[in-house]
Amino acid sequence: MNFAGMTPGEWQAIWLTAKLAGLTTLILLLLSAPLAWWLARSGSRLVNSVAALVALPLVLPPTVIGFYLLIVLGPQGAVGGTLERLGLPHLAFSFWGILVGSVIYSLPFAVQPLREAFGAIDTRLLDAAATMRAGALDRFFSVVLPLSRSGILTAVVITFAHTVGEFGVIAMLGGSIAGETRVVSIAIYDYTQALNYGAAHRLSAILLGFSFLTLMLFYAINQRVMNPLKPR
Amino acid sequence: MTTLTQFTEPTAQAAGAADALLEGHLTLTRGAFTLDTGAFAFPAQGVSVLFGRSGSGKSTLLRAITGLDAATRGTLRFQGEAWQNQARRLPATLRNIGFVFQEAALFNHLNVRGNLHYALARAPASAPGALEQLAARVGISHLLHQSVTTLSGGERQRVAIARALLSQPRLLCMDEPLSALDWRAKSELLALIDSLAQETGIPVLYITHSPREVERLASRVIFMADGRIERVESLREALARPDSALFDEEGPVSVLQGSLQASDESGLASFGNPMLRLRLSLATAARPSATRLRVLARDVSLATVQPQGLSILNQLPITITALHPGGQGRVTVVCTLADGQALLAEITAYSSQALALAPGMQAFALIKSVALME
Repeated sequence: MNFAGMTPGEWQAIWLTAKLAGLTTLILLLLSAPLAWWLARSGSRLVNSVAALVALPLVLPPTVIGFYLLIVLGPQGAVGGTLERLGLPHLAFSFWGILVGSVIYSLPFAVQPLREAFGAIDTRLLDAAATMRAGALDRFFSVVLPLSRSGILTAVVITFAHTVGEFGVIAMLGGSIAGETRVVSIAIYDYTQALNYGAAHRLSAILLGFSFLTLMLFYAINQRVMNPLKPR
Repeated sequence: MTTLTQFTEPTAQAAGAADALLEGHLTLTRGAFTLDTGAFAFPAQGVSVLFGRSGSGKSTLLRAITGLDAATRGTLRFQGEAWQNQARRLPATLRNIGFVFQEAALFNHLNVRGNLHYALARAPASAPGALEQLAARVGISHLLHQSVTTLSGGERQRVAIARALLSQPRLLCMDEPLSALDWRAKSELLALIDSLAQETGIPVLYITHSPREVERLASRVIFMADGRIERVESLREALARPDSALFDEEGPVSVLQGSLQASDESGLASFGNPMLRLRLSLATAARPSATRLRVLARDVSLATVQPQGLSILNQLPITITALHPGGQGRVTVVCTLADGQALLAEITAYSSQALALAPGMQAFALIKSVALME
């Protein structure tokens, strides 16, 4: 395999994929933390309905998600139409569109590990912190987050890797626009359609290697986090 | 029951009226359980023990008092300050409370020093070196750099106690802090808690279902049953009542207050005060600081004349104040010792009749065994 012969277009696809996965992970962390906290701790009657909604991307074909997003974010859709009336571009076939799609598609992979980590925290620790004058936010940052390290790491790695491996939603919603929506998985599909097996091979091998190394690193780090914690 | 118990403790009167009280009426429903304390008021001083069977609502009451449960309703005042009324509920973070849990509730992501510092960093400024001083006082100086996951049960509770004290609480709450410990750690920590309560002057609310812990620590006892406060009594009052819930396990018990003197020429130590002297073998007197002596009523016999030729060390003159017939043909006799302290004797109804015991009678109590409370 000739990695030296990588074309600028392929580098662009790799950079785009990394950008998409990185932004998706960042947005999902900020979004999922309060959501997972609410799911784990609120005891609200709505928890099961919301949990089902969050988990939908796990069972729906990506094409279904991509289809609905295309409708909603496109020029005739509720979101896309509104944006156009405000003088902004609609989101179909754009980077921002596939970012929205990725956030929705990877949502369960960020929420679930955080929900488990938050739910496993002994409430007496939070009570103890409260009696030592730690307010709710203080407790979240000084007790909940440090004790959820393993869950947070899991959420980050799985969300990132899952977004890198995304195909169906982007194909439906973003098409294959170089520098805008043509991520690695789309590029591989294009190369295969064009019978350029050499290039498809090269990109596939890169994704395979990346995924394997990421997961391996994740398990190695997680093992250390799970072990009796080193005192600070 | 909504009756207010009256108090006759001299300490409570000395410290003044409403501003030294914990008073209110709290309700809290958690699942199928309902706490409804009834109106209560007792001095927020010394060690107040919440005593009752499991399920009687002790922990729920403590959570309601600390403000940790948002579903708490009713009123609560602490030393004159409103902690809860119909209009508002002061959150736990603002009540200046220290809390020691049964399982210590230490933060596993911090080492021992980190746990102590957590409290210190959020407390009003304290003197430099406060952390080290308190660590030394509770005996954990050598553990400061250790991970809390490596500590023994007794060490964990010491850290939890130090952490609670470092937050400079106005009220220290302890929810069965010793129930998970072995007997040695238990007796060491009981002594520590007792002396810390005296040294710091911080009022303590202490949950237990162990009569021995009550007898060792309590200034007063708050008896709980079925989610309400049944009665509040000083320890002396609680022990003077032969049907006291404290006696459910081992039968009636007397706790005598006094101090320990070193052994005399006979090789025996003595315990008591100028009016009262009990003699103990050296093995019993291992604890020079002990101030309470525990006597089981079933270890006390009565004689109408001073017996001769007995091996029993302690034969004390008493006055009978009351006779309480108990179950199974037994009678609990309430006696007054020379210094006014109460001593309970449990004898058979047959003996009581044969000796024609009656209130007001002078007699002798023969005490077969005593235990210093460590």
